[in-house]
Amino acid sequence: MPAMNMIEALGSAHDVMMERDPSVVVFGEDVGYFGGVFRVTAGLQKKYGKTRVFDAPIAEGGIAGTAIGMALYGLRPVFEIQFADYIFPGFDQIFSEASRIRYRSAAEWAVPLVIRSPYGGGIFGGQTHSQSPEAFFAHMPGVKTVIPSNPYDAKGLLIAAIEDNDPVLFFEPKRIYNGPFDGFYERPVTPWAKHPLAEVPEGYYTVPLGKAAVAREGNDVTILAYGTMVHVALATAEAEGVDAEVIDLRTIVPVDIEAIEASVKKTGRCVVLHEATRTAGFGAELAALVQERCFYHLEAPVVRVTGFDTPYPHSLEWTYFPGPARLGPALRKALED
Amino acid sequence: MMCQVYSNKGDKLKGRQLPIMYSDRARGFFSISGNLGTQYPQAVGWAMASAIKGDSRIAAGWIGDGATAEGDFHNACTFAAVYRAPVILNIVNNQWAISTFSGIAGEELTTFAARAIGYGIPGLRVDGNDALAVYAATSWAADRARSNLGPTIIELFTYRVEGHSTSDDPSAYRPQGAGAKWPLGDPIQRLKGHLVALGEWDEERDRQLLDQLGEEVRTAQKESEKLGTLGNGHYDDVSSLFEDVFEELPWHLREQRDQALAEAEAKR
Repeated sequence: MPAMNMIEALGSAHDVMMERDPSVVVFGEDVGYFGGVFRVTAGLQKKYGKTRVFDAPIAEGGIAGTAIGMALYGLRPVFEIQFADYIFPGFDQIFSEASRIRYRSAAEWAVPLVIRSPYGGGIFGGQTHSQSPEAFFAHMPGVKTVIPSNPYDAKGLLIAAIEDNDPVLFFEPKRIYNGPFDGFYERPVTPWAKHPLAEVPEGYYTVPLGKAAVAREGNDVTILAYGTMVHVALATAEAEGVDAEVIDLRTIVPVDIEAIEASVKKTGRCVVLHEATRTAGFGAELAALVQERCFYHLEAPVVRVTGFDTPYPHSLEWTYFPGPARLGPALRKALED
Repeated sequence: MMCQVYSNKGDKLKGRQLPIMYSDRARGFFSISGNLGTQYPQAVGWAMASAIKGDSRIAAGWIGDGATAEGDFHNACTFAAVYRAPVILNIVNNQWAISTFSGIAGEELTTFAARAIGYGIPGLRVDGNDALAVYAATSWAADRARSNLGPTIIELFTYRVEGHSTSDDPSAYRPQGAGAKWPLGDPIQRLKGHLVALGEWDEERDRQLLDQLGEEVRTAQKESEKLGTLGNGHYDDVSSLFEDVFEELPWHLREQRDQALAEAEAKR
């Protein structure tokens, strides 16, 4: 089985689905001829032609709006928003239209589309190339939100998202496109090549939406994480010598409540970890779910470890980033209380 | 359609939409949103999809004079022009957006049809109260779309005689009786006059047709009212509230449905 990084795995998912299903079309800013600024769609236009893989004007509202029209017609558009920070001009089309067309038409119409977007920080992208806006979409009835943490899942989840008959937000943590970044930013970068989850089948397979994975089994504390933060959790647990169970949520809507409950009831302690800002972040939802369902199993308050409630900084990136320096003390606190 | 207006037990949209926000897929009529302008780029996308598939179907979208100020209008025009989408983009310029006259959408300086020029799209400005002119312009645009010549923008110049809605009082912001003074007339009366002058139609047949159509609507209304109205016998299947959010019901909506059913049970 070939080793793929996230970019290659995502490209392969596109390739597999375009080959299998002629209704899959791919477009977005710089996506066609150039193959995307992160190269995810490289080679697709050459292979499948300009009719199915094409560049879009710089108008995210227009991209989202026309994709909805294509989905209504019967295509399965997969479109890229170049950075998640730029999704907001398309927000109205996603929130007021795509998410509700099935509902408002009593299922007469459906909108099977996938919105892919590189997201998250750790790349010195400043406040316009680093944000994690997943909570806005988790708050939205009618869309699913997926955030993969490794190449194997990225491909399988993207294929499942393309086959899904509802709109799916697919956020790709760009810091782990090329390697599993664990938050120890001063250490050399590790590539995906030797990672077991970089072994990606070349053909078709799916990873189901709405199912979490246990990234590390442990007994003392549960860490709920997704995307880049899964690797931060794994490395920090190792560094702190903590027997943590790391749950990689993979999909945040619908979230895998059974996996969360099973783990927290086993460990009795829970740390919620995400890169996005703290207030009303998805961690607040997770903490509330754990409190509602596992209260009598909890031996300590649920701890949130998140980005700060500031815009994403440039020079102070590592002060903002919820890396091992923030997670480590939080784990100790969860274990001591 | 009448059941949809009443949100009653016969409403195929399950009581989810305001009156007249119909959906009729079988007739190629898309679900009306209620947001302004959002459906314009969707019409373009639908048309693009037809072209991508190599089909011959074309799309038509309508927007009001006021909503041409929305970004979605400009997105739709850009995409329609760039991809030469087989779409007819109609602008119904009835000169009033609730209380706001079309000048606030930029009409004092130019026409809405003239905006087409900036996008490289042919733009027509038609007397929207002249049914034959509207038909001719639309046919021309449809032929262009079907011949792969791309989009057309048609400004339909007309006048909103009545209020924006039944809760709107136009006398608060424009002279009383202004509607009656509109010089380009009522489009149906004008068409009738034209047909009568040609000898294709007469007053007697006109009266008969009006009676017949009035009876049809009244019958539909009465039939529909047997299935309830919003105030008295609306669509009331509690579990339907949770259907169609997604194709399949996820766990959190299952739980919320059970809660709603329990609340409904407790009320009984």
